[in-house]
Amino acid sequence: MEFVEQFIVPKFNYWIYVVLMMIGMHAMIAKNNFFKKLIGMAIFQTAIILFYVSIGVKEGANIPILDHHMMPGEVHANDPVIAAKFTNPLPHVLMLTAIVVSVATLGLALAISQKIYREYGTLEEDDILSQIKLEPND
Amino acid sequence: MIPIFDIILLVFLVVTALIALRVRDLLAASMVFGIYSFLICLLWAQMTAVDVAFTEAAVGAGVSTVIMVATVYQTARRSKD
Amino acid sequence: MKGLALFAVVLTGALLLYATGDFPAWGSVHSPANGGELSSHYIENVRTETKVPNIVTAVLADYRSYDTMFETVVVFVAGIAIIALLRDFGNGSRGYPPALANNLPEEPDLIITQTCNLVIPVLQIFALYVLAHGHYSPGGGFQGGVMLGASYILIALANGVEVAMKAMSERKIMLLAATGILIYSGTGLICLLLGENFLDYHVLSRILPTDPIMARSHAILIVETGVAVTVAAIMFSIYANLATRGTLKGGL
Repeated sequence: MEFVEQFIVPKFNYWIYVVLMMIGMHAMIAKNNFFKKLIGMAIFQTAIILFYVSIGVKEGANIPILDHHMMPGEVHANDPVIAAKFTNPLPHVLMLTAIVVSVATLGLALAISQKIYREYGTLEEDDILSQIKLEPND
Repeated sequence: MIPIFDIILLVFLVVTALIALRVRDLLAASMVFGIYSFLICLLWAQMTAVDVAFTEAAVGAGVSTVIMVATVYQTARRSKD
Repeated sequence: MKGLALFAVVLTGALLLYATGDFPAWGSVHSPANGGELSSHYIENVRTETKVPNIVTAVLADYRSYDTMFETVVVFVAGIAIIALLRDFGNGSRGYPPALANNLPEEPDLIITQTCNLVIPVLQIFALYVLAHGHYSPGGGFQGGVMLGASYILIALANGVEVAMKAMSERKIMLLAATGILIYSGTGLICLLLGENFLDYHVLSRILPTDPIMARSHAILIVETGVAVTVAAIMFSIYANLATRGTLKGGL
């Protein structure tokens, strides 16, 4: 019980990210169907992105958009901006582009799997391997 | 301290990930993956990462589910595992 | 094989779980990522340096715009690769037939097409709002572009890909996708020609009728427009090729 209180409860989110990453990685290695492998890859990817965004969280901080009264020329223009009051924007920027790139790469992977289906009539790895072995290698 | 809403979402996240990988119907798997993306979107909104949540809602829950369904329609629907 | 996979995964996971013990507490302000100089600089100086309230947009398209430019290029290249893999100029009958696509109804459903006709104009205007209002609220080029592409995907879902292709032909897709990259890198090149670093926007005040700080704010909108154009065209192209086996006829 002490172990749970000391190690799992304060780091619960990180534990879940590692578990999600393990689920995705296991699916990528052990699943037989290519489509399932791709879902595993996407879960792996989102686990990494979740981890990245969560390290930028600050307790009690606001969203990283400044109040328009604090902009130059407005009423509170001379109020200091305290960095601890706003969430760290840097992980958001890096992961925002990663999400859009991930859908483009997912589309590419799906295109390859469609091409494989057209060639072999199946998306199961073992069926495709047995078909490749049956073909005479020249 | 991690907010209680976060903990509920994180548990549901693992559940949906396991369901998406367990079901043999690939159309159902891609729909459950859409739910998974939407839960992640909620989690990011809770972490005050509004831009990332917005992108995930448009990309992960929207476009990537649609292209997955399109691929299921063009290939096989059943999976052996 | 499965046992070996499980062993490798559990070993990696156990190592990572052990490493979480050294992590800073959840939401700590003084963790290395949050207490560093870089992110504090962005938060504290963004209003005087760029006049953009949304810090994420400012960092995305100004401070780290080189990164964003090549992320857009990655999306572009992935779209080109999908076309190269799947595009089929015949009738798509080569190879094994799809398992499900044959038993689809011929005529599009009246309720679905009419609802989409109502939704699509609103969706497109909202996409443009998200793009243009990215300085002040969550949004920007990527989100606006994906929503604009999604509106064309909705046309294709409701009426078939041919109807959507009338509004956005293949030639137009390629032109728009390349134009977006050209807008982005062209903005950088103009900065270079005016004697500053690549994508260093403040020098654009010599061309635009504004001061150097507002020039950075305007240039963010220009490059975000480029991002949105590329992303919208490529998202629609990805869907159109995947849903029709590259024939661009029929569809779901």
